[in-house]
Formats: sequence, C-alpha cells, structure tokens
Amino acid sequence: MSASLAPPPAGTARQLPLDTRYPVETPEGIDLALHPAGLVPRALAFAVDLAIRGLLLLLTFLALGQFGELGMGLTSLLVFLVTWWYMVLFEVLNQGRSPGKQLLGLQVLHDDGTPVGWAASLTRNLLRVVDLLPFGYSLGILSCLAHPTFKRLGDLAAGTLVVYRERPSPHPALPEVAAQPAPFALQADERRALLAFAERQSSLSAGRRRELAGILAGPLQVPEEQAEARLLGIARELLGPT
Amino acid sequence: MKQTPFERRHQADWQDFARQLDALERGKPGPDSRQFPAAYRRLCRQLALAEERGYGSRLVEQLQQLALRGHHQFYRHRSHLGAQGIGFLLGGFPRLVREEWRLVLAASLLFYGSLLAMGLLVYHFPELVYSLLAPDQVAQLEAMYDPDASRLGRFGERSSAADWMMFGYYVMNNLGIAFQTFAGGLLLGLGSLFFLLVNGLSIGAAAGHLTGIGYTDTFWPFVIGHGAFELTAITFAGAAGLKLGWALFAPGRLPRGEALRQAAARSVRLVAGALLLLLVAAFVEAYWSSMTFTGTPLKYAVGVLLWGLVAAYFLLAGRPAHAPD
Repeated sequence: MSASLAPPPAGTARQLPLDTRYPVETPEGIDLALHPAGLVPRALAFAVDLAIRGLLLLLTFLALGQFGELGMGLTSLLVFLVTWWYMVLFEVLNQGRSPGKQLLGLQVLHDDGTPVGWAASLTRNLLRVVDLLPFGYSLGILSCLAHPTFKRLGDLAAGTLVVYRERPSPHPALPEVAAQPAPFALQADERRALLAFAERQSSLSAGRRRELAGILAGPLQVPEEQAEARLLGIARELLGPT
Repeated sequence: MKQTPFERRHQADWQDFARQLDALERGKPGPDSRQFPAAYRRLCRQLALAEERGYGSRLVEQLQQLALRGHHQFYRHRSHLGAQGIGFLLGGFPRLVREEWRLVLAASLLFYGSLLAMGLLVYHFPELVYSLLAPDQVAQLEAMYDPDASRLGRFGERSSAADWMMFGYYVMNNLGIAFQTFAGGLLLGLGSLFFLLVNGLSIGAAAGHLTGIGYTDTFWPFVIGHGAFELTAITFAGAAGLKLGWALFAPGRLPRGEALRQAAARSVRLVAGALLLLLVAAFVEAYWSSMTFTGTPLKYAVGVLLWGLVAAYFLLAGRPAHAPD
C-alpha cells in the first residue's frame, strides 16, 4: 500500500492520477479506474440502512409481540439477523449494495475490483463493532479520513473497497467545424488532451475556452483569437470523417 | 483508424454487450450468455486499442464502464454455498482448527484457566462472587437453578413456544458475544483477551457459586450438554480474534495491512465455524438441556458423549485416509 503512494520514478508514462481514482489491473491487461467513495456518502448510506433496520425491527416488534413466547423467540432471531446479517446478505446477494448504498450509488468490491464475497463481507461487517469504538464510529471515521481510498478498519482487514457505481455519462457533441490537419505529429496524450478540450468546450465559458486555447497559440503558430477554432478543427480531424 | 470509424464499426457490439450485461445483472442470463466471455475479451481489446490510440476520454470512459461491469460479472464469486459448507464441515473446519492449534490453545488456556481459577476461588471463598456479579444477578442465578423451584420457570415442563423463545434468546446472546470476542481482536488482540477473560471469570464465578451453595444437581446436568459446543465456540472466536491481533502485533515479513488481510481471511472461517457450533449449542440448550423428565445420570452421560464427539471431531475429522506422498 505504501509502495503505491511513493512518487513514480521520473520518466514513467504511468503517473498517479491527481484525483482519488484507484486503478485496478485486470487479467485481460487493461486498467480499470475505480472511484472510492469518501466519508460523507458512506455515512449517509449507513444512516439510511440504520433507519431501514430500525423500521424493520419496529414492525417486527409490533407484529410478533402479540404471539407471546413464540413471538419473542422469533423476534430475538430476527433481531440477530437484522443486527449481524442485514449488510452481509444484501452485499453478497445484491452486487455489493445494501439499500442505503444502492440509494447513494455506492457498491462494495474486493480490492481487485471483483464483487464482494461471503468471507470478505462477513469480515468487514463483523469488524464494524471495532469501527464503532470508542463512541459514534470514531475509529472508523479516523481510519476513513486517513486512508487514501477511504477504508475503515473493517475494510482494511477484509480487503474491500466502497466505490461509486458508475453511471453512463452523457455524450457531449463536438461543434460542427471544418477539419484541419495538425501542424505537427501529436503524441497519444496530446491527442487525448485535445479531444478532452473539444468534448468539454460546451461546459466551459467563452473566456475560459479562449484562455485555455491561448496557451497553445504559440506552438500552433496562430494568433490567440484563432487558437480555439484551430484546436476544434484539429480535434475534428482527429475524430475522423463522420 | 480514426475514432469515428472505430466507433461506427463497433457500436453494435457495444450495445449488444450492454444488453447482455443488463440481463446478467438482473440475474437472468439470456441464451447468448455463452458468448459473454468472448464478447468481454473483445471489449477489453477494443478498450486497450482506444487507450493506445489516444481516442477521446468520452469513448474511453464509456468503454471502461462497460469493461468494469463486464469484469464484475466475469469475476463474480460463484458461491456454491451448499457444497462449500459441506466440505467445510466434513474436513475444512477441523483442519483449520488443527492448523491454528497454537492460537486455539492460547485462547483455551486463557478461557478455561480463568474459568477454573475463578470457580475454585468462589467455591472456597464464597463472598468473592460479589466481586464480579451484582447481588441481584446472583439472586437471579440462584432462582434459575433452585432445585426446590424446579417445577417453575426455566426448568418447568415448558411449552414448545417457550423452547422457541429460549432458542432465539440464546442465538442472539451467544452469537453476539462470540462476534464481539472476534472483532475485539482488531484492537491488537486486547479486545479478544478481555472478552475471553471476562466470560471465563463470570462463568467460573457462577459455577463456583452454584456448586458452593449445593445446586449441583440442577446446574451441572443443565450446562454439561450444550457446554461442549458453546465453550468450544467461544474459544474459537477468541482464537480468531487473537489471530487478527497477532497479525498486527507481529506481521512477520509482510506489511501490517497485508498480514491483517491474510489473517482475517482465515480467522473469519474460524468464526463461521464457531457460529455453526453456537447454533447447535443454542438448539441443545433450548431443547435438551432444559428437559427435566430425563434423569441426572442420563444428562451426564449425554454430556460426556457430546464432549467426546466434539473432541473427536476436531482431532480426527478431515484427516486424509493415508499419508500424502
């Protein structure tokens, strides 16, 4: 873990992302980026789950309270199930999502990005007792705030990760401009940056667009006012014929 | 190839793949799920190409999301819970206990040691019981095992509903204790030590006190049966917790986080085994230990038999019939 925090040696192509993305290399040889969820959404998800569980228990008491001793036996069994197994059952059987996590778009995964299994889910939820110590989730909160991927103690022991469940992003439309060839050969990351500029331009203000494009006016050998149109043209050329 | 022709060429593939994913995520794989692995690998290849050629981040992110969802489906842990459980019961669990014998021994010494010591102390110095249990707790304990009142309360011939109530209560109470004992191990093992000691001391105090005041014929026949499972399970939960603590305390050649992860993967199986034992214990306690129409000798005989069974299971089960080559 500490190894991944060390700065990469100079000159390596793969640098750590600036945000909290957590890269996972799959056996197929591709890198998948996971987005670990921080303290606030996790706390909210837990609050939702807590409320649901409270409601469940309340209903159980009301419904089974009338059946005397049999009802009391069933109630204590249900209390046991809801206290210790609610999270485990939902996480394993519902793709790593308890109802609260589902509501907030979160998901529990193993460190390697695979869906959480029985052993890991049981571990992280049994060890929740320690996260609650000494009062009100203190240890869990401290651990969550201090860890680069926001793990609480149970997550550390179980090797699990709470991530945002990805939603499909809307497709930004590129402005219709004439394609122009680039004045020189572009590297892959330069192409990516150029395309990203073109894809995001509708969400940027005109002044910001001009400012960003102006940085490249020199290398493109155009006046600053034309840099933006030039960049969009090159991006269009990079995309190829529609 | 430029990005737009690339997208146009594969768009149908991706939509098809997304449709397969939707079906799989709903748990209803369609007839084309046999082609899923091939489609997943194709997608991974296309993602690698898109990244290598520097295509736009919108396309790359879209493919990454598809690949991530595919990854989740492809590497889903198929849980054959039934088969795994049977294998665990027939061999895995006793083997695991034998492999972790040092910790199980340590937890047992701690638990039974404190239990015996406290029991003997209370037996010889009866007033010591009040150092651990409050007077009303002691009174409650005495009432429960009072031989004169054995027609009533916990020892009366209970209805089946009352058995149910006790079963539920034992499950909730005992499993809660076992889980706490395990989880406490994360605090460098201190929590497990604490719970093992406290449970040993309070059970010892109760046993010593009840023996001292002459309730032997109600107390011992009652506890000997389910004790075989319950006490063993508590020591296993303690051993699992101590394993967590030991991994943090002395991680060996591994980083602490990694040592903890590996220890947790093993100890959680110990806890799962303890959980099964406690379910059996709760069942025995509610349906057998509480029966009064059986005589005391039979209770002792069955109790000894159950202890023997538990010991034989953990010493003998799961050994290969002949030595490995």
